[in-house]
Amino acid sequence: MFSQLKDIVESIHGNFQVDAQYYNKDTSIGAPIVPQKVLSNGFGNINYIRGNFSAGIRYESYNPVMQGFDPRYQGSGIPYRYARYKIRNLDITAGNFYEQFGSGLILRVYEERGLLYDNTIDGFRAIYSPYKGITIKGLIGHQRTFFTTSPGVVRAGDIDININELFDSALVNKKTKVTIGGSFVSKYQANQSPTLNQPENVGCGGGRLNINRGGFNMYGEYAYKINDPSYINKYSFKNGQGAYVSTSYAASGFSIMLAGKYVDNMSYRSDRDQTLNAAMINYMPALTKYHTYLMAAYYPYATQPNGEMAAQGELQYKFKKGSPIGGKYGMEIALNGSMAYGIDSSNIAPKNDTRQYHYVVKSFSPGQKYFHDFNIEINKKFTKKLKGTFLYSNQFYNKSIVQFNTPVQEYPNIKTNIFVLDVTYKYKPTSSIRFEGQTMQTMQDKGSWVVGMVEWTPSSNFFAAILDQYNYGNADPGKRYHYYLATVGFIRDAMRITLSYGKQRAGIFCVGGVCRTIPASDGLAMTISTSF
Amino acid sequence: MKKVIVAIIVVVVCSMSFTFEGGGKIPIVTIKNLDGSKVSTSTFTNNGKPIIISFWATWCKPCKKELDNILDDYADWQKETGVKIIAVSIDDARTMPKVVTDVKSKGWPYEVYIDDNQDFKRAMNVNVVPHVFIVDGNGEIVWTHNSYAEGDEIKLYENIKRLIKGEKLEH
Repeated sequence: MFSQLKDIVESIHGNFQVDAQYYNKDTSIGAPIVPQKVLSNGFGNINYIRGNFSAGIRYESYNPVMQGFDPRYQGSGIPYRYARYKIRNLDITAGNFYEQFGSGLILRVYEERGLLYDNTIDGFRAIYSPYKGITIKGLIGHQRTFFTTSPGVVRAGDIDININELFDSALVNKKTKVTIGGSFVSKYQANQSPTLNQPENVGCGGGRLNINRGGFNMYGEYAYKINDPSYINKYSFKNGQGAYVSTSYAASGFSIMLAGKYVDNMSYRSDRDQTLNAAMINYMPALTKYHTYLMAAYYPYATQPNGEMAAQGELQYKFKKGSPIGGKYGMEIALNGSMAYGIDSSNIAPKNDTRQYHYVVKSFSPGQKYFHDFNIEINKKFTKKLKGTFLYSNQFYNKSIVQFNTPVQEYPNIKTNIFVLDVTYKYKPTSSIRFEGQTMQTMQDKGSWVVGMVEWTPSSNFFAAILDQYNYGNADPGKRYHYYLATVGFIRDAMRITLSYGKQRAGIFCVGGVCRTIPASDGLAMTISTSF
Repeated sequence: MKKVIVAIIVVVVCSMSFTFEGGGKIPIVTIKNLDGSKVSTSTFTNNGKPIIISFWATWCKPCKKELDNILDDYADWQKETGVKIIAVSIDDARTMPKVVTDVKSKGWPYEVYIDDNQDFKRAMNVNVVPHVFIVDGNGEIVWTHNSYAEGDEIKLYENIKRLIKGEKLEH
């Protein structure tokens, strides 16, 4: 009895972050005036674990929310709290939880704190493994929207079968590993429209398959959704479908990856009238390279849920140490390309009906061009102290569609050529200086930019950086601004404090598949984050 | 503005004086291995030797720098201390196919898992990547560090050696 008690592990831990910014008045760069002068976002998580039981809360506070985030985040509260218990092969949660079925094409409940994206479900979830290799999930609840919940209720079930584990006597040692799965999600929201006969229960179902053998991997997923008129699809009653396939082969020093996606009317939310990033049930990330250099990420693409065909390919090769090209330390090269088009559809004239379709798909072929990028990235270590990265990126960005969701060409398409050079010099074993030079050449939008950055890291506990983004190619000579920004950071264990002072340009910031637009700002920003 | 600066200085000074006191056992969460099968974090073991858990992502440059730099010395580290690296990718559906291609083409010999809905990241209270943990032979989290600067792997390894000798870890 006592020895059993001793074995129970008990702990309390959590994390905490607060971001605050003091805004200077700077109308020249188009920074909105902030009457409060100081704005802040903050959160704290506390989790308690005792053996198979865990419980936790997250407190959030927006006083008021910082520029560039959804202003519907207002005030303070505890939007996330849960209790979870595992008993043999059953795992139950009451309260808030996050969940994902397959790649998320049908359902993904997650958070991305950098974007203040959080669609956690408040309800119940059970995960049950009746037999080895089989996992069944069931859930019901309402999604979080800011400090309240969405009006539509989400009910969902998923089964995941690992074929090798299921038939382990015959298959466990086979080289080919196969996993299959299927899900069904349904949402209910009362019809409030006086004119449309809006469906109240909207179901979405799908299946997936993963095959792995040695260095080869293939993943495929398909989803079908019944009529779901919503603000996003302009209240079309057409059914929706989506498919995603990726294959890859990797050997030592070499890899190739190909992926494709087809989306037709797949916006799926637990509130049909919601906009922006609220109450989304499914997740459809862009099939493009995830750029982190400022200029390469200047015009980021986001999946168009109303209709898109996209493909991506990537080839990576590592020249070995001692080879003629690899030199003493080797060299890595990556070629990557992606493109996204609309689907081949045509509008249909409205009929005197309570169920409007708005459009039909004519053929399984690409429509209007939305985006492309082609990238070459080279990583090379020259000496023990010096290494660098070179990136070239050529991009095409349909601004009217991606930013304003209008097929009418209101803005010219943006074509860019981007060059980045990133060099790190290690002057002591634990101290370094990093230089970044970037330029984006374009004739459209705000014209060309050049970016310079120096980052000094004398030890693992401190860094300082200076950045200048210069819009030298702006067609209006009066708007050729410099955006200077100085940053210092202190790091100790899990604690991180950064302070930055200066100007930040307006832009679009994306993490995963979700983006937010940030207005220009001028001032002092601080972030404190830690965990315990 | 002056008040803001003073407040910031106070906060910075106060918070830097806190030290990590140990984080208990690894929370039990289900994640995936590279062939798509589910794996429980309760299976993380290294026969009583230390484990380094590194949270990374294919789009995170400093994360990959850290794992690349460790690679240069990893064979020596393993020979001298028996330490094992578990690299947990937080890539989601957007970049998940790149996890296996990055790992193989870089030739990383680490144990790699995918935490695509960030359940393990959340359970370990990780705010941003890169973030590393040292877990001792009894499965206790004894050290943690957020972000990566060139040469951090030297400090990381010194702490592994200290841990084996039973000395106090440096922060």
